[in-house]
Amino acid sequence: MGFAASVILGLAALFAIAWALRAAARATFSGQTRSLAHDIPLTASFGLLVIAIYTFVAIAAPALAPFPEREIVGGQFQAWSAEHWLGTDRIGRDMLSRLIYGARNTVGIAFATTALAFVVGAILGLWAALVGGWLDQALSRFVDALMAIPALIFSLLLLTIFGTSVLTLILVIAAVDATRVFRLARAVAQGIVVMDYIEAAKLRGEGSWFLIRREILPNAMAPLVAEFGLRFCFVFLAISSLSFLGLGIQPPTADWGSMVKDNATLITFGDVTPLLPAGCIALLTVAVNFVVDWQLHRASGLKEQ
Amino acid sequence: MRIALGVGLLFIVSLVIFGATELLPGDLANELLGQSATPETLAALREQLGLNDPAPVRYWNWLTGALTGDFGVSLANGRPISELIGARLGNTVFLALYAAALSVPISLILGILAALWRNSIFDRMANAGALTAISFPEFFVAYILVLWLAQTGLFPSMVRINPTTTFGDRVYMTFLPALTLMLVVTAHMMRMTRAAIINLMASPYIEMARLKGMSPLRIVLRHALPNALAPIINVIALNLAYLITGVVVVEVVFVYPGLGQLMVDAVSNRDIAVVQAVALIFAAAYVALNLLADVLSTITNPRLMHRR
Repeated sequence: MGFAASVILGLAALFAIAWALRAAARATFSGQTRSLAHDIPLTASFGLLVIAIYTFVAIAAPALAPFPEREIVGGQFQAWSAEHWLGTDRIGRDMLSRLIYGARNTVGIAFATTALAFVVGAILGLWAALVGGWLDQALSRFVDALMAIPALIFSLLLLTIFGTSVLTLILVIAAVDATRVFRLARAVAQGIVVMDYIEAAKLRGEGSWFLIRREILPNAMAPLVAEFGLRFCFVFLAISSLSFLGLGIQPPTADWGSMVKDNATLITFGDVTPLLPAGCIALLTVAVNFVVDWQLHRASGLKEQ
Repeated sequence: MRIALGVGLLFIVSLVIFGATELLPGDLANELLGQSATPETLAALREQLGLNDPAPVRYWNWLTGALTGDFGVSLANGRPISELIGARLGNTVFLALYAAALSVPISLILGILAALWRNSIFDRMANAGALTAISFPEFFVAYILVLWLAQTGLFPSMVRINPTTTFGDRVYMTFLPALTLMLVVTAHMMRMTRAAIINLMASPYIEMARLKGMSPLRIVLRHALPNALAPIINVIALNLAYLITGVVVVEVVFVYPGLGQLMVDAVSNRDIAVVQAVALIFAAAYVALNLLADVLSTITNPRLMHRR
């Protein structure tokens, strides 16, 4: 169980770095940034640190990876060694390099999908709440019908119809998740559209787009930002699950979900290597959850004052 | 009334599932034959699949067929879909019920204990554990279990079920898949149980019970729990509905011969007829469980029964 011990040590080290960075931020900055650094709980600073590391790895992947993403550089299933730190995979590609490129592919695609789902879902939701009437009814009932089908099952159905490629994957998951975002955005906006200042802006003769962008959106931002984090987790897990099932991101692109699937046979021999990509997924999801928790807490705390 | 609503919803769902295939670029026969399509074979296949009928007619035939258990034939191997589904449906239901039987009592007990010892070490540990379990992908949990429990030879990491398998063997062999599902859904149920009970602990009648000198455990069990039943039942039903989709990934990990595995295979073969049928079954179970939750939470709360 030397491996479990090293994982615990690694996590402890990350927490220590997060603690040190928070202390440093408290000492160096002043004003608003300082009060922010003062309030942040350790879990959230840990989350931010992990997200920062992932972002850095994703951007600098070609510089960090010792071997190319798709090239066969050794024998099959080689053990950990000085040359191949984490060994090689089923057809002899370097595991560490693929893990590093996976940060770029998996996280990048999940992020793009979430952003797309958010733009579509939020704009439609805010618009439905603003206009109301039959448009609101039609969109809401349509979304209700789509939400009556379990998300994973619905995306599987759509993937069968449109085939499996990265673009259809992004569009399908974005479409499925946009329904959830629509619900939330509409619910939040409904409390806002009845405010006097919206009435005033309408009387000024402002158009729908201006109202959504300048009057409703800024006031609906806090819950939407928190939802973005949560939604990212769901999308990330959904894409990983689909890739794991062999229906998401296709080889030879390095992707954490399919890497687990490809090398799963090693697990039955007691090798932990195939679990590393899954662990990367889990760590990022936990980190994002910590940050979202903190944001939600802040948003609710501000209201109490 | 509610049941009529549920049936209506199911009808719409079937319409969505069927309508989705209408979005297919080109047509099904073209897609199936691919490069080898000649005008004659295309026409023959169209005739065989009934593609020449207008969409509403085909929808009606499909729906009435599905209601009588006839889902048509698989596009990949031409076998009747009802035959493919038959035994697998039983396996999947067995796994889901098994996981439910494990997770419901455990999450209720953990939730009640966490509410009872609020802000204690136990509560914090349980909460942190729950948050972590929610963030883990199912296959991660599954493989960790395989690494720990199947390595030592305690439990098998693959499930082979044949008609001669006895019930005891079956329970033993499906233990790891069921445990995985349990870990994934317990977290959410536990958190909701805890929240529901803590919410109620502030009410005047709890205060009264405490002033009478009742023990905390008795207060929770006799006074708080019955009133917290409605939200708890709701969460349990939602999670059972979640089990339905969670089952897909777990079945693939453990090579379990269930509906999820069938659906994944069908998706990779682009066997639309099978995917439609399985999606309809999953969606029907999902809608039915949500409906059940609605009805049960009404029954547990007399005030909801005598509304209006």
